[in-house]
Amino acid sequence: MRYIRPLSIEDAVGELAKAVGPAAILAGGSDLLVRMKGGFIEPELIVDIKAIGGLADIAETADGFRIGAAVPCAVLGENKALRKAWPGVVEAANLIGSKQVQGRCTITGNLCNASPAADSVPALVAAAAQAVVAGPSGKRTIAVEAVPTGPGRTSLAKGEMIEAILLDKRPEHAGDAYLRFIPRTEMDIAVVSAGVNLTLDEKGAIKTARVALGAAAPTVLLVEEAGQVLIGSKLDEETLERLAKICAGACRPIDDKRGTIEFRRKVAGVLAQRAATTAYKRAGGK
Amino acid sequence: MAGIAVSTTINGDAVEYLCQPDETLLDVLRDRLGLTGAKEGCGTGDCGACSVIVDGRLVCSCLVLGAEAEGRKVETIEGMAHGDQLHPLQQKFLEHAALQCGICTPGFLIAAKDLLEKNPSPTEEEIRFGLAGNLCRCTGYDKIVRAVQDAANVMKGA
Repeated sequence: MRYIRPLSIEDAVGELAKAVGPAAILAGGSDLLVRMKGGFIEPELIVDIKAIGGLADIAETADGFRIGAAVPCAVLGENKALRKAWPGVVEAANLIGSKQVQGRCTITGNLCNASPAADSVPALVAAAAQAVVAGPSGKRTIAVEAVPTGPGRTSLAKGEMIEAILLDKRPEHAGDAYLRFIPRTEMDIAVVSAGVNLTLDEKGAIKTARVALGAAAPTVLLVEEAGQVLIGSKLDEETLERLAKICAGACRPIDDKRGTIEFRRKVAGVLAQRAATTAYKRAGGK
Repeated sequence: MAGIAVSTTINGDAVEYLCQPDETLLDVLRDRLGLTGAKEGCGTGDCGACSVIVDGRLVCSCLVLGAEAEGRKVETIEGMAHGDQLHPLQQKFLEHAALQCGICTPGFLIAAKDLLEKNPSPTEEEIRFGLAGNLCRCTGYDKIVRAVQDAANVMKGA
């Protein structure tokens, strides 16, 4: 096994592209080292991306925020501007693991680990976040929901890596929220979860809406119909009922020890309602 | 195999070591440097017994590679007391009997030190959430929480 710490994206991508055996990208390591320890992966090459310029920073740009792939989730929580603009994304990122894990884990890692139950991913999908993918043939920017293709699998090709996650600048009257169900109060994996992102018009009616569900299908789900049903409303009871029904219907969950299919469907709807209500309040709706 | 040459700072001292690419910081601390205060409980970041502080961030040393410590500042339990002078948290853990078998204690002390540095007046709930990454099978946590509250009061008065 080789461990390298390249100083540029080009070097990292070059090494990943020419790697003969399995190669792994190391940012926080909170998934990678556990998988190595468990014998699930034996990389021949580990590429530590933390020394690459800009990857450990959150930059506020004219378009919004650029969150480097190596930024620990704890740093998201300490960034006031990001917290104010995207409280749902930050609360989701800060739900991952303990303080110890928060100091290491990243939203890019959470996305690329491709767990359907990843906490930050539904919030990022609801936020219409984008991923900047660097590879041997250059860079491309894709929607975050295009990254995971199934549990533990991504659409990234050999030699490709995500260098940053982009979040748009917020207009007036905008809010997002993320909620998960776990049987404990912390330190657990979502049984089911929901992220909602709303913008409102001057009168408080919902102008745009995105709803995403976690742990409800093999990948995090963007439920477009659920977003549509909210548009034009002020989250009256009837709209919330329809939202829950659509979300429950969109789920394709598994039955396991963490929750039954029936339970996950029901709770997905309830969490979507509650996350929508919080997002609406955060957007200034009454 | 020669291994990777690493230069780092541990508890204020410049330290150099060789390690293998798959060796964790916890393994380096315990097996190469003789700093056995950090314990291996689970080895998967769940129990917090191996907690150390790297560049001001609380981490599980079992989830950090030894090679990653290059150029960093690492703080371990061995650097917590000054000679015979215990850190207030160590003193209060003794006074409140906030330990039984002691395996989790170094991790709790490091995590509590990090917590109080970032939040000198935590509520009981903040202490419990802040220490949720540290598991203890003996005390039931109440004594630990009281020791941390008491230490916080002492440290504020200091």
